Amino acid sequence: MSFQSINKAGQNHGNQGVQKCTNVLQETLQTDTGIVQKAFLWMKLTKGIEANMERRVVITGCSAITPIGRTRQEIIRHLSEGRSGVKELKKNDLLADYIECGVFGTIDYPISYDFKRLYRKTMGPVAYYSCQVVKELLETSGLDQEFISSGRLGVAFGSTHGSPTVQRDIYKIFFGNSDTKLASIGAVDYLRSMVHTTAVNITKMFGITGRVISSCTACTTSSQSIGFGYESVKFGMQDAMVCGGADEYDTTTVAVFDNLLACSTEFNDTPHRTPRPFDAKRDGLVVGEGAGAVLLEEYEHAKKRGAHIFAEVIGFSCNNNGGDLILPNLDGITKTITLCLQNANLAAKDVDFVSAHATGTKMGDIIEAQAIERVYGKRPFVTGLKGYMGHTMSACGVIETIITLYMMKEGIIFPTLNLENVDKRCNMIRHTMEPAETEIQIAAVQNFAFGGINTSLLLKNIQE
Amino acid sequence: MTRDKIEAEILRIFRDEFEIEKPGLDDNLGEKHDFDSIDAIEMLREIEKFLGVELTRDEKKQAMDIRTIRDIVDYVDRIAAKKGC
Repeated sequence: MSFQSINKAGQNHGNQGVQKCTNVLQETLQTDTGIVQKAFLWMKLTKGIEANMERRVVITGCSAITPIGRTRQEIIRHLSEGRSGVKELKKNDLLADYIECGVFGTIDYPISYDFKRLYRKTMGPVAYYSCQVVKELLETSGLDQEFISSGRLGVAFGSTHGSPTVQRDIYKIFFGNSDTKLASIGAVDYLRSMVHTTAVNITKMFGITGRVISSCTACTTSSQSIGFGYESVKFGMQDAMVCGGADEYDTTTVAVFDNLLACSTEFNDTPHRTPRPFDAKRDGLVVGEGAGAVLLEEYEHAKKRGAHIFAEVIGFSCNNNGGDLILPNLDGITKTITLCLQNANLAAKDVDFVSAHATGTKMGDIIEAQAIERVYGKRPFVTGLKGYMGHTMSACGVIETIITLYMMKEGIIFPTLNLENVDKRCNMIRHTMEPAETEIQIAAVQNFAFGGINTSLLLKNIQE
Repeated sequence: MTRDKIEAEILRIFRDEFEIEKPGLDDNLGEKHDFDSIDAIEMLREIEKFLGVELTRDEKKQAMDIRTIRDIVDYVDRIAAKKGC
């Protein structure tokens, strides 16, 4: 075994070849101890990898389309004015007349898209949102096209289940009474509707050639995107990742939750007053739409090119309740939060702010408050950001991460909108009842999904 | 059906459905206008609508070597004659 062969193994496999190199090194150690030192030096010099193979990961870009605006200024203004993005449910023909819930977290401002037909033809509404946030993310990132297409930038992006709007068009053909054989499924309909339509349309539009991870785990879709993207960079598989999620306006999503008696129904005449996370009068969640993207980047890479650093991702955890697919699970959520602290090597007392999942359902909020109290006690501020815009489904994790970053940079924590009288069963934690001017050094963003999936992210405010 | 009528309709389809304005009859559609395999499948649907007939699988496969507008017009001309359109 020679140094040349180790070098070749490394070159052939890039950073993914580190484990292979390690195996080769272990074999070599038995025959030639002198070469080991050289090989470690080679790994360190050529790939920037320390012996423990873990790298620091920072967030160097944010972009969002939310019911409370798109830009940092708009979003901060809505938060500071306590303005909700929840509106009346549109009276379209999609079950709206059969649903008791009459509200939706709506994007009702115009967005001008400038996509060529080459790209548009494979995009449904959810891909429009996704490509637009990534377009703005990359335009402001300062990354050059050579890096974007180098294979060292990947995409972790998803939606709940692709584009329901396009899927309905397909069903219409299936179940329609068309008497012509010429009506058939369009060549692009699958590409516009499929589960990973967001991620691959992003890769096509921007020429991204790295790995693709496309979570579709409902409410944890984009928090998983960030978490899996973080791990991809941390362990050297990629140098940067575009991470996020999106969901489009869809009445049938409301029907799903309405059917399970999980939707808010008491505030149809005053949409801005719901959802009400942790409030005694909360009566369920409000479905919403939106998109968000963050750019995760290896710390030295970001520093070298002088990128603006919003924060460092220092921990991620993801587990499953291993049981009921709908009911919140105290042990499962507690475990997620604890695992994330362990992953970041932090104590609970280090965390200053918790962005709660807090959808505004009766049981979900109680169980989450119990889990926060179990792990963090009363110390960190807790805000449920869904009070401002409802539950943007696959986008909620990334949107709540972005808003947390904005609050971190502004030095202010905004309160949970519509939290007027805290439910006694949720009152054992430190709810943010009014804007609090305070430094956030460490923030946690937690999200939980149908299917029993839980995630937690830990973010550190670093001044560079 | 005259060849002029076919050509006019193909150019209309390119303008209205593919947003390709006044392509040269001998332009390489892929290289010059980003016309790809998905567009080729969509084009066949448009041809079916135009002729009012359903293309067989073999007929569709014959279209896969098409590179230019002139090739498309030749193809439609052949199909129209064969099917008596």
